[in-house]
Amino acid sequence: MANKKASGGASIHVRRAVSYIVLILLSFLCLFWFYVLFINATRSNGELGRGFTAIPSTHLIENLNNMLHSSQPMLSGLRNSVIISACTAALCTYFSVMTAYAIHSYDFKGKKAIFTFILAIMMIPTQVSALGFIRLITKMHLMDNFIPLIIPAIASPVTFFYMKQYMESNLPSSLIEAARIDGAGEFYTFNKVVLPLMVPAIAVQAIFSFVSSWNNYFTPALVLHDDKMKTLPILIAQLRAADWLKFDMGQVYAAIAFSIFPVIIVYLILSKYIVGGVAAGAVKG
Amino acid sequence: MKKRWLAIGLTAAMITSMAACGGSSSTASTAESKPAESAATESKPAAESKAATESKTESKPAAAGDEGKVLNVEVWNDEFINRVTDHYPGYEKVSDTEGKIGDVKVNWIITANQDNAYQNNLDEALAAQADAAADKKVDIFLVEADYALKYVDADADVAMPLKDLGITDADLSKQFSYTQDVVKDANGDLRGSSWQACSAGMIYRRDVAQEVFGVSEPADVQELFKDWDAYKAAAAKLKEKGYKVTASANDTYRVYSNNVSGKWVQDGKVVVDENIKKWVDDSMELVKAEETGTFDLWSDDWAKGFFQDPDGKVFAYFGPAWLINFSMHADEDGSVGKAGGWALTTGPQGFYWGGTWICAAQGTDNPTLVKDIILTMTTDDAVMKDIAVKDSDCVNNKDVLKDLASDTSFGNAILGGQNPYEMLAAGAELVDMSNISIYDQGCNEEFQKAMKNYFEGNAASYEDALAEFEKNIKVKYPELA
Amino acid sequence: MQKKKASAVTSYNKWGYFFLIPFIVIFLIFQLIPLVSTVYYSFFENYRSGLKQIGPNFVGLGNYAKLLSQKHFLTYFKNTMIMWVMGFVPQIIVSLILGAWFTDPSLRLKGQRFFKTVIYLPNLIMASAFAMLFFALFADSGPVNSILMNVGILAKPYKFMSHVWSVRGLVAFMNFLMWFGNTTILLMAGMLGIDSSLFEAAQVDGATATQIFFQITLPLLRPILVYVMVTSLIGGLQMFDVPQILTNGTGDPMSSSMTLIMFLNKHLFSKNYGMAGALSVILLIITGILSMIIFKTTAQNEVK
Repeated sequence: MANKKASGGASIHVRRAVSYIVLILLSFLCLFWFYVLFINATRSNGELGRGFTAIPSTHLIENLNNMLHSSQPMLSGLRNSVIISACTAALCTYFSVMTAYAIHSYDFKGKKAIFTFILAIMMIPTQVSALGFIRLITKMHLMDNFIPLIIPAIASPVTFFYMKQYMESNLPSSLIEAARIDGAGEFYTFNKVVLPLMVPAIAVQAIFSFVSSWNNYFTPALVLHDDKMKTLPILIAQLRAADWLKFDMGQVYAAIAFSIFPVIIVYLILSKYIVGGVAAGAVKG
Repeated sequence: MKKRWLAIGLTAAMITSMAACGGSSSTASTAESKPAESAATESKPAAESKAATESKTESKPAAAGDEGKVLNVEVWNDEFINRVTDHYPGYEKVSDTEGKIGDVKVNWIITANQDNAYQNNLDEALAAQADAAADKKVDIFLVEADYALKYVDADADVAMPLKDLGITDADLSKQFSYTQDVVKDANGDLRGSSWQACSAGMIYRRDVAQEVFGVSEPADVQELFKDWDAYKAAAAKLKEKGYKVTASANDTYRVYSNNVSGKWVQDGKVVVDENIKKWVDDSMELVKAEETGTFDLWSDDWAKGFFQDPDGKVFAYFGPAWLINFSMHADEDGSVGKAGGWALTTGPQGFYWGGTWICAAQGTDNPTLVKDIILTMTTDDAVMKDIAVKDSDCVNNKDVLKDLASDTSFGNAILGGQNPYEMLAAGAELVDMSNISIYDQGCNEEFQKAMKNYFEGNAASYEDALAEFEKNIKVKYPELA
Repeated sequence: MQKKKASAVTSYNKWGYFFLIPFIVIFLIFQLIPLVSTVYYSFFENYRSGLKQIGPNFVGLGNYAKLLSQKHFLTYFKNTMIMWVMGFVPQIIVSLILGAWFTDPSLRLKGQRFFKTVIYLPNLIMASAFAMLFFALFADSGPVNSILMNVGILAKPYKFMSHVWSVRGLVAFMNFLMWFGNTTILLMAGMLGIDSSLFEAAQVDGATATQIFFQITLPLLRPILVYVMVTSLIGGLQMFDVPQILTNGTGDPMSSSMTLIMFLNKHLFSKNYGMAGALSVILLIITGILSMIIFKTTAQNEVK
């Protein structure tokens, strides 16, 4: 027994060492690509042709400048991505809270059925209705428009589900009762009492829906055709296109960096909330 | 109650601001994108040449008073935008995607070629043409040879016959006939016009030719590459010295596919022409012997050979004038082009590659202006010469090319001072377009992709690769299934 | 709530309907109508030939028959599942191990926040940019080959994009990188939710860390594992951005990395709405069936 305990004590050190090694290895795997990306974004096409070096070069500004003035409208892409993602995040969180609130704090006929229904549609991949979606958008003359990319976010079952879970543990009904006794209207109560209480959940989901909209490629690629309207992922995908006007690899790396690094920076600032938020949503998953 | 209304008002405001989010995008122009020269126009001299200034005064922008105020032009890259900006008299650049001709606003609608997006977008726009408001109508669209027939089709009637615009055969008399065959409908009417004659040849490295064959002048090198057997023998010699004859098997694809004896699709069935099958066999031999590679054209790996000391040591590329001038990194240190190390010769078979045709959209509300743009950009001698001199395009004008060919002072720096125009003009006379079809683009693309599998050994046999090709082509063109 | 007067309750409760309106309306317009019309279109022959519209002609189940009779439909399904499994298996194993380490009080790992931040990072990266980056990095003359040659592992460049398993491997590896951090954090949350007295009791009984993990942690994690598996499977069936951009839409070599959604995308781009519709419906059915199977098999022994 004593023997076993001693070996257990030693093995703690071994296990700790192993976990550190594995963690460092995995971190390396996660970060290495971004390091290479950064290095290569600073190098000219000629330098890139001469193999990889570990030290950054001096062409970052030049590459960025070339990229911004290439036939790929990266700046308008950035603007479009920001507009679509921000509007999506705002609509998605606001209305998901509203929907969750309806299910959470009211009692009405068919409530259970609706709840089950929403859970069921959570499983439907967006792509399977893409065909009908495009035809509908075409008929509504909303092709090359941001509306079909933003408005559907109002009905986001996953965000709704998260909000519902969060309400169950964090929204005391006594507060709502109190507001009612004060004579506040239901809608006023929702906006002035419920929403503020939901801020932590809204923040987390806003980030998620922003990021997933920012990264979305499939639907925008089907809806947006005019170069002025395109979002960053579409423009990135176009870097693969065979066009004789662009194949300066320095520019390609600069373009990728341009669409990745803003998100990384925001993430590093907010990482505490994001990592915590994933866990918070998961407990009930 | 009051509060409730307030709240509803708030939401309403919120929703409208959301809508504005979506709507503003369409109105907000690309104000932040500064007018800038793109890679393609880097060689553009700052001062305009005399020819352009002269032509500016003689042909005035002829927008008739009662015609539309907005000219919508569908393009897939900024090549034509740059041509118009630099050469069309009276064009004022407002931004990268907007300009002005007199009081007419020019709207460039750029849709990249990737994944057929340009054609898909154009199809939608043309389908909506009849119902579109005058200022939303497409006025001009561009097409490439690979799919031109789809748009110049007499039944589809989406491109105006040039004669309906008042453009006569006499106006177009100096053009090469192949450029007209591309845009001729079943009734023999022309429905488009091009400023380029993209006959092409083999662009090889002088220094490598000297090292391996002991000769470097085009006439001598041509003897060594006069047909495909000679080409293969020469490739073997290059291999001995560590050079690949081309970076990729795909380099020669168009040389073979331009010299076919039948169309891609006959009686609703895909037919692989003998000459294309020959490309497969010849390429397989070269790939197996490691005398060429399998890179995709335009990939970074493929482009390595444009530089002096690449890993891939490439002897030649196959292409027209625009490849020489825009794609060979001639403005970069260490490139073969910068040192003037290339030379042009015809190669085993003549061919053409690329080219852009201007079509007037049926239903345009600016016919006079459209006519003037087509005439100026594709027939005006002074403008054509200006394009040839400044942009090194091989222009679609026999007289201008003749002038340039006999001009001993003219030489292309990238080609070490060689004057390529005589060869290009002769090549353009020989191009035969009788076997083009509306399926060319898809078939050419898919065939090369499928055969790459064969060359790399991922398809067990030619038949497997062919099956792969046929499978993919049927997805692209359901009517072939 | 029940203590309230009946009339007041009903007057409040009607607001439940009001608050549901935006969700329901938007869902009906932008999801249900498209879904129903997708099903509807799947019964028609409907495509463009050049500029000419062919159809719509009613063909019944013709599109389905055509689709299912083609061998490659099954191949693409197989490809999708292979690449999903190749990414998911290491993902779940690594996540379980990391989760166990992070939550193991006896290990007292330092820098946990740093590690969590780093491993979650790839999840936020635009898949298209990530794929484009990998394409550039793994090109024949790209940095990876250049590094491998410099250290002497390779004599000449390895053509990553020309071998079936290296392309699939890259796709799976990217999916792994993008998702293992997320899964780790989910599983960790689940592990932290387990009553710690259970662990203490086990320790008193002399159980080793491995035993505790397999006897206690894993069984109690089952609900969250199911959740992770179902969401990952649905995500896997939707696999698109990464292989699409990595292979430039070809799914080469020999369509061995072509996924179902890439195939759907091809039909959508050639405006073959009938086939695209049929493919969508089949995809929907597959998703449903697979989710059911996972639910059933994993939840069977569970005490509910």
